[in-house]
Amino acid sequence: MPVLEQTGTEEIHPDIALVERARAGDAEAFETLVRQYDRPIFRVAQHITQNREDAEDIVQDVFLKAYRKLEQFQGNSKFSTWLTRIAVNESLMRLRKRKTSRTVSMDQDVQTEEGSIPRDFADWTPDPEQQYNQSELGEILQKTIAGLSPGFRTVFTLRDIEHLSTEETANALGLSVPAVKSRLLRARLQLRERLSRYLKRKDGSIKP
Amino acid sequence: MTCTDFLATMTDYFDGETDAELLSEIRAHLDSCEHCEILVNTTRQTIQIYRDHQVYEFTAEVREHTISSIMHRCGLRKTA
Ligand SMILES: [Zn+2]
Repeated sequence: MPVLEQTGTEEIHPDIALVERARAGDAEAFETLVRQYDRPIFRVAQHITQNREDAEDIVQDVFLKAYRKLEQFQGNSKFSTWLTRIAVNESLMRLRKRKTSRTVSMDQDVQTEEGSIPRDFADWTPDPEQQYNQSELGEILQKTIAGLSPGFRTVFTLRDIEHLSTEETANALGLSVPAVKSRLLRARLQLRERLSRYLKRKDGSIKP
Repeated sequence: MTCTDFLATMTDYFDGETDAELLSEIRAHLDSCEHCEILVNTTRQTIQIYRDHQVYEFTAEVREHTISSIMHRCGLRKTA
């Protein structure tokens, strides 16, 4: 069994010990890892696929794949980043199979300039919860993020919702750091522009 | 600094990755440009609103079923 390499003098992440135990067939250790990361994996999968059933299946497939490939985990990236990379690949594969989206690769969707230039400069309502109830707001948010291309949705999800660093996101997606930054900017601007239609102040004023 | 210049630095500005000199230029621009100030505020709100609202739910029931299937499929648990 290969010994996991540690990078530099950083402290050993607790996941590394769990991975070692899981490799030796320790079910409890593997279940601990599953319970630690199933929810973020579900969110990532659902944001990319926009489909709840697919996301549920993907969670299973990701951990099954991870368990089978555990020997290949080198420990030079975080275990969570390694899992995320598997989840992104599984999700994109699912999308490709369903062909419900125009572009499903991480690098096919950057041609569009849409949303790069902000147009709507109206200020927003300070309290969207008062304007919409929870389910209405949930619907708006889902509709809005579904309108982004998968590549932009993915970068936004990993960076802004799951709090991965730019480097971790680049690593999980096989993109360069500048590519992640430029996609994140466009994803944020497109989401903001789309949400503006619903959340801008109704009186049209800019300042309260 | 123009609005276009600001836009080009916005990601680094949000991530706190701008050096002191650039940061003061950005602040000066935001003080004088209402459009970019609103852009910053509403973009921050955009990020926050997605963080605060779980758009999808992974219910406890589905979750337990999923975990149990994973353990079973990995051959780590006898009963599914
Ligand atoms: Zn400006």
